[in-house]
Amino acid sequence: MAKEPVAVVGIGQTKHVASRKDVSLAGLVREAARRALADAELTWADIDAVVIGKAPDFFEGVMMPELYLADALGAVGKPMLRVHTAGSVGGSTALVAAGLVAARVHGTVLTLAFEKQSESNAMWGLSLPVPFQQPLLAGAGGFFAPHVRAYMRRTGAPDTVGSLVAYKDRRNALKNPYAHLHEEDITLEKVQSSPMLWDPVRYSETCPSSDGACAMVLTDRAGAARSPRPPAWMHGGAMRSEPTMFAGKDFVSPQAGQDCAADVYRQSGVTDPRREIDAVEMYVPFSWYEPMWLENLGFAAKGEGWKLTESGVTELDGDLPVNMSGGVLSTNPIGASGMIRFAEAALQVRGLAGEHQVDGARKALGHAYGGGSQFFAMWLVGAKPPSS
Amino acid sequence: MAAAAAAGPLRDVAIVAFGQSDHTRTSDEHSEVEMLMPVLHEVLQQTGLRTSDIGFTCSGSSDYLAGRAFSFTMALDGVGAWPPISESHVEMDGAWALYEAWVKILTGEVDTALVYSYGKSSPGSVRDVLTRQLDPYYVAPLWPDSVALAALQAQALIDAGETDEAALAGVAARSRDLALTNSHAQVPGARGQGDYLVRPLRTGDVPPVSDGAAAVILAAGDRARELCERPAWIRGMDHRIEAHSLGVRDLTDSPSTRLAAEKAGVFHLPVDTAELHAPYTSQEVVLRKALKLGDEVAVNPSGGPLAANPVMAAGLIRLGEAAARIHRGESERALAHATSGPCLQQNLVAVLEGEARG
Repeated sequence: MAKEPVAVVGIGQTKHVASRKDVSLAGLVREAARRALADAELTWADIDAVVIGKAPDFFEGVMMPELYLADALGAVGKPMLRVHTAGSVGGSTALVAAGLVAARVHGTVLTLAFEKQSESNAMWGLSLPVPFQQPLLAGAGGFFAPHVRAYMRRTGAPDTVGSLVAYKDRRNALKNPYAHLHEEDITLEKVQSSPMLWDPVRYSETCPSSDGACAMVLTDRAGAARSPRPPAWMHGGAMRSEPTMFAGKDFVSPQAGQDCAADVYRQSGVTDPRREIDAVEMYVPFSWYEPMWLENLGFAAKGEGWKLTESGVTELDGDLPVNMSGGVLSTNPIGASGMIRFAEAALQVRGLAGEHQVDGARKALGHAYGGGSQFFAMWLVGAKPPSS
Repeated sequence: MAAAAAAGPLRDVAIVAFGQSDHTRTSDEHSEVEMLMPVLHEVLQQTGLRTSDIGFTCSGSSDYLAGRAFSFTMALDGVGAWPPISESHVEMDGAWALYEAWVKILTGEVDTALVYSYGKSSPGSVRDVLTRQLDPYYVAPLWPDSVALAALQAQALIDAGETDEAALAGVAARSRDLALTNSHAQVPGARGQGDYLVRPLRTGDVPPVSDGAAAVILAAGDRARELCERPAWIRGMDHRIEAHSLGVRDLTDSPSTRLAAEKAGVFHLPVDTAELHAPYTSQEVVLRKALKLGDEVAVNPSGGPLAANPVMAAGLIRLGEAAARIHRGESERALAHATSGPCLQQNLVAVLEGEARG
């Protein structure tokens, strides 16, 4: 029997900020969930199951916090699953929830991802030294900067490309009321003169540390038919993982990322992503990952990704807009960051992205990655139901 | 969704292999990965599959037990995820990883799945570590440990006339005697109940502190028949969660277990075996009532969690043990149960059968 088509009928986010001192963990997640329900014009009683995701429990200091959050998310008496796949978790969580609908186990599922990073110091949380393991240096930037440098050397990309990405994403964020960073006075010069953190990654080319949650209501055909607003339809979704380190690993363009994208395109019937996909929301925590992922995801030939960025193709009004929401560079509650990408892709094809809407977006890709460039989760959503 | 449960799942999916470690009080000389690897090799060997033959991989573990963030990535390195694999992880007992993998197979995207989980409780005080699961604002700061909370539940049962200390001692003795036939058990053979640990629970009423790992392979339809002489077919599986606050729950009952069992189709036909994830003797009393298990049902023939309780793997082991009984022809219809959270807050129930129904 064919899978049940999956539709996104509700999306909710909190206003992402550095510190939500005014709410508890429960208050934070409930805010996003209620907004998703309101968007779908549904109530808690309409939800059959809850799938929640977040990055390491140490970030808030609560072990398996879904146990405590069951009440706040209306999950009492319902199934509740907790996903954790490192930085890709927000995407993986949505895919696990979609699977429940696709397998016809449930009709309507609430999925939510969050991080309240102000409860701890995420940079050092990501720098845990482990005996007999390579140290991750100071924060994720220390881990990823050498791979950015490798990309630059491999492609001969000019030094300025990273700053162009950051300048674009921070300007896009000004159009997104939920984005964390709203730098009204941003200029390219300011990005380029910001302090160097992890050479070649500058302060303004780095993601912030945010408190935030993102929720979506996923449903079947019957649920979509009742939706008061246009649904987004899932055309394909996949996860891929590879080891952290091994001889021959390509950190610049990991095989798992390529395989994951290829699987999503195959499911979606997409043969030329550059031409067929209208908007891309990808996980870019450090500016240079935009050109790197453009190549990894098949939007540009090897060594050519930076040219799309440099020529303005990825601008909001460009030929292939990337990170319309402002991206991870403007908002990063780690556990939620993947789901925010997935949700932005859905908002675009629903035509509900407001000021950061891409005109006529029919197909959009949401992308997340995590760990040592080793965990990938992606989905492709469309304005129309999948044809098969 | 009620209709889906009544009609049974969309595809016939079975547990075709199960492996577990010898559970031990400490495993200082082994990392989590080293503990897990032999178990993974065992289930692959049972089926003749290689890692590259597996359609989907899903695991369950806890960073809080491992004492480091992203601890599951080290296990993945050990699995050998190259070429890249389709893979996911739950920060839950492996029973829920099995549930996610089962759903993945039901979608029709894959026909086989590898599920594993592991946990080392020995590096810290697991009683105290588990307090970090509690409401972080109102309860966790008081550090009520897991044995103390189970004791509250046991006392509520005794006060309600549902059990007494002698009956609890009987559960302990029966479980550990049954564990004599389980070479992986950590506490085989009945022993004295010992002193009170937290009244009314004595040392004998609580599970051992265990390090261990487990793995299962799932397969659909004919693929399952190829890989296993007598597959353990999953006729239904469901899980439910209750409110977190103990103050709003009736600790002598487990409505989430009962509801999960209903949705899984447990009550359509009698079961001959039940593997219950009841780490405390008193929790077996609660679960027997919720699941309407009579004396004719073989409860925890493996010895259950009272004989070995590797946190994060103990629930998956219940599914594995129930399946293994079916593989060996010792059961026709078995129930497997897993739990999570304080005092049985969250529960999963599966029904396994020896023959697939048309």
